[in-house]
Amino acid sequence: MPRIIVDVMPKPEILDPQGKAIANELPRIGLTGFTGVRQGRRFELTVAGEVTDEVLAQAREAAEKLLSNPVIEDVVSVSELAEEN
Amino acid sequence: MAQHLTAEQTPLVADLDQPAPDARLADVRVGVVTFPGTLDDRDAARAVDIAGGTSVPLWYADEDLQGVDAVILPGGFSYGDYLRAGAIARFAPLMGRIVDAASGDGGMPVLGICNGFQVLTEAHLLPGSMIKNEQLKFICRDQRLRVENAETSWAGRFTAGQEIVVPLKNQDGQYVADQRTLDELEAEHRVAFRYVGGNPNGSRNDIAGITNARGNVVGLMPHPEHAVEPGFGADLSGAGTVGMREGTDGLDVFVSVLERLTR
Amino acid sequence: MSETHFNLDTVEHAASTPDTELPWAELGLSEAEFGRVKDILGRRPTAAELAMYSVMWSEHCSYKSSKVHLSQFGEKVTEEMRKNLMVGIGENAGVTDIGDGWAVTFKIESHNHPSYVEPYQGAATGVGGIVRDIISMGARPVAVMDPLRFGAIDHPDTQRVVHGIVAGVGGYGNSLGLPNIGGEVEFDPCYQGNPLVNALAVGVMRHEDIRLANASGTGNRVVLFGARTGGDGIGGASVLASESFDDSKPSKRPAVQVGDPFAEKVLIECCLELFKSSLVEGIQDLGAAGISCATSELASNGDGGMRVDLTEVLLRDPSLTPGEILMSESQERMMAVVTPEKVADFEAVMAKWDVEHSWIGEVTDTGRLVINYQGEVIVDVDPRTVAHDGPVYERPFARPESQDALQAAHFTGSPEDAARPSGAELGPALLELMGSPNLCSKAWVTSQYDRYVQGNTAMAMPDDAGVLRVDESTNLGVALSTDSNGRYTRLDPYEGARLALAQAYRNVATAGARPVAVSDCLNFGSPEDPDVMWQFAEAVRGLSDGCQEMGVPVTGGNVSLYNQTGGVAINPTPVVAMMGVLDDVTRRTPSGWREDGQAIYLLGETADELDGSEWARVRGHLGGTPPRVDLGRERTLGDMLINMSRDGMIDAAHDVAEGGLGATLAEMALRFGVGARIGLGEVAERDGVDLFTLLFSESQGRAVVAVPRSEEVRFSDMCTVRNYPFARIGVVDAVSGTLDFQGEFAVALDALREAHEATLPRHFG
Repeated sequence: MPRIIVDVMPKPEILDPQGKAIANELPRIGLTGFTGVRQGRRFELTVAGEVTDEVLAQAREAAEKLLSNPVIEDVVSVSELAEEN
Repeated sequence: MAQHLTAEQTPLVADLDQPAPDARLADVRVGVVTFPGTLDDRDAARAVDIAGGTSVPLWYADEDLQGVDAVILPGGFSYGDYLRAGAIARFAPLMGRIVDAASGDGGMPVLGICNGFQVLTEAHLLPGSMIKNEQLKFICRDQRLRVENAETSWAGRFTAGQEIVVPLKNQDGQYVADQRTLDELEAEHRVAFRYVGGNPNGSRNDIAGITNARGNVVGLMPHPEHAVEPGFGADLSGAGTVGMREGTDGLDVFVSVLERLTR
Repeated sequence: MSETHFNLDTVEHAASTPDTELPWAELGLSEAEFGRVKDILGRRPTAAELAMYSVMWSEHCSYKSSKVHLSQFGEKVTEEMRKNLMVGIGENAGVTDIGDGWAVTFKIESHNHPSYVEPYQGAATGVGGIVRDIISMGARPVAVMDPLRFGAIDHPDTQRVVHGIVAGVGGYGNSLGLPNIGGEVEFDPCYQGNPLVNALAVGVMRHEDIRLANASGTGNRVVLFGARTGGDGIGGASVLASESFDDSKPSKRPAVQVGDPFAEKVLIECCLELFKSSLVEGIQDLGAAGISCATSELASNGDGGMRVDLTEVLLRDPSLTPGEILMSESQERMMAVVTPEKVADFEAVMAKWDVEHSWIGEVTDTGRLVINYQGEVIVDVDPRTVAHDGPVYERPFARPESQDALQAAHFTGSPEDAARPSGAELGPALLELMGSPNLCSKAWVTSQYDRYVQGNTAMAMPDDAGVLRVDESTNLGVALSTDSNGRYTRLDPYEGARLALAQAYRNVATAGARPVAVSDCLNFGSPEDPDVMWQFAEAVRGLSDGCQEMGVPVTGGNVSLYNQTGGVAINPTPVVAMMGVLDDVTRRTPSGWREDGQAIYLLGETADELDGSEWARVRGHLGGTPPRVDLGRERTLGDMLINMSRDGMIDAAHDVAEGGLGATLAEMALRFGVGARIGLGEVAERDGVDLFTLLFSESQGRAVVAVPRSEEVRFSDMCTVRNYPFARIGVVDAVSGTLDFQGEFAVALDALREAHEATLPRHFG
């Protein structure tokens, strides 16, 4: 079954407490190569048939209307997952 | 209906009808760990003290267990539970000492309550993991449990099959594990406590608490430390009706470990 | 706002460019206010100064429309009321002496508009903000309560708002380890576009630990600690909190603040450690207006001035302009004043708790608040002119012309009263009422809150008040209740405010506690509407008169105006939070009976007072005049309930309020699932009312109590001596599982529970 991937991230100007907590912990476990962490969310929408432009448009609408909260989050990508196998 | 105590009869600290606690219990030192974001640390310490033992505050960043005889990882939201509940706390320096002491020859008793249970699973002292409650909501209520295994370090005062009521309060309380692990837990009688009267959060096999094979490390989702003191406990008891907030079924969890360590 | 306005507009530059255009109107200042700023400074303000004045002179921060009325709370304080008051109105929160060297601070505040825009974060940061107020008094926060008001239960948007707000209150409060011990939940179409999220926090401390927000001692250092400063809620204080939403201007909606409860929990413990070691001279939380507010208030409450270098502020977003840094409402921040010799110890506490801090300035003897940025002076003001000398308005107010018609439209005899139930119809009527959105069980909400944490909760929802132990060795503690009835207040704002006070007083006394202090949260529409301003003026007059009559002072609170959508304001909703003291919290009185055979008594009398009642609401009617309230009688009733509880004469007590005697009896039976046999014939005859009126009228001054058989004589004697009407109306029946109104109708407790508990899950899942 084809899938559409939606990635949602907190808006850059919005505090991301989750990312902050993880970023603070990384150096404590010896991983010092990172200056920041932001934590977003990934959704996988399964499609029955082909991923047409229309289905993608619906996914974009779902992302804007339901999957993200436009007050504090951005939809950063809506894309078809490349076939596995 | 059980006798309802009037205000005059209500003891301030513990039930006066109970025999006085064994004085030797006070020599047992139980460490209570505070991580950043731990919430029920003072409650767990109070429970140890009411049970007759001596609570010792432990700070997550220290390296030293201060010679305690047992350790409680209390409830709360360590590091906000932002990544996964317990995921960051398990890397605390003190956790290394606790894992060593629990796994070593002495087999130090360790109890993880709620967030502490989550820390124990992240630290791989106990199998499985916790995900969000089935209802996707925080749940706070008095919960009936069955003591499935009375042989652990934290349940000697109970008899197997006994029912108790203690408060349940969490957001990520749904216990999950793969089928093989669940089968193993059941076969080895390592389900320590089970929800009865309805599964509150979707936990597999109605599991409320589990133990390691030796029985010294126990993880328990509900909060026995909130049912230790008449007037501030649960509204119910496994033994029958009690007065408002007079349910103290949780106290024996703490007495159990003290008795185990003085034996 | 554009960067060009704010790019290092120094004081020097401002003095030399008097004609530069400034966005004072966009920042919410009136032309006259802007003129005053120029007069005060003797020049045009710099952009940063403009930012400070605009937020600090906003309605939200300056109380410019409400001040002239609020002064009554101070003027009407008597010696009796001052007796236990350690810190009064004007500080972050009031402090009350509860005895044995213990002091309790509590305060209620609104976070209404932000909770409509982003319900979860709005409600969460509302809890966070009020808790920081409590910390900044030097107290350990010990509990929260949340009176919530939503739109119609079946309106599509109510789902979004309810789920978000309840999860936000729980998500933040639960993560802080603060038990949530009570509050209110109301649904009414008038709150559709303006839900009310009021948050109360209570804290305890020893007398000697009280801290105040002032910056004293020249040379002392000023430190900002906690979360970094980002672009959160810039302009929130002035724009978000003082203008009603208007769809034509969406650009005025600023970014919302996001809360980090973990950071706040760490901040609480860190502050308590600072207090324990006496490492701070003065402390102030950062809430509305952020650094603008904290620096100007600390400086003006101190004895000198303050110099601040804004370059030192740790930023989450490095692109912030100095004006934005001053206005940012980033959460989980505190500001403190530390003597130079304690700097190292202070830093050690910060390190232990992993809390970021930066030394941003020092106390001076200049009397000026001087703020530098990148080596240039961008603010040079008298801090008092920012913090305390804001504009004061005597807004016009007048009794609305429609008020007479509203008060004339009584329920009794109205078209909505046409099919008044009687006889066997009363059973279904009681079930309908107990399942209605406002009388149904609120367990769906309260079970999402932790009421156990800290181990000191002696009583919580659904009992009349939340009760907390303060001293573990003596069981000394406090009881708290919040109450308001917007419908009563709409019908008569003066009486409505007094009714809220009476009910809060009664709830605390019913629990067995002696009421000692009030905090209030006054939620109203636009002060620019003379009708609304009249409601406000009347309510404040009613509440301040009432507090004087009851001998209980207002110790602090909050005003929330502009709660309206278009021209339609919410019902005026003055929320009264009452605190009472119990010498032994294990003696508190539960709200339900459980001992078979105990006698059930009704205290007080019933008249036909269905106007504004829950029954009238269920029938879609709002008109007439609210129930009469006699505060002297309420005091007597309260005294009796407290004494009866202390002397062991009653085992259960519940006040009669919304929903009348019918709702009270139903709630008492449901509390522990124990039924009763009730006979109301004699009382109905005594009071000259029919059974329907006796069950559903909302006459004040009433309570129902359960009395052990052995105490009936003492109980009757006390009522007789106090000349308070009382009547034996029934007997507890632990066997039948029924609330049996003998000879009239009976309701099975199972059916009653089903009706009571199904409503919220049915709507919200």
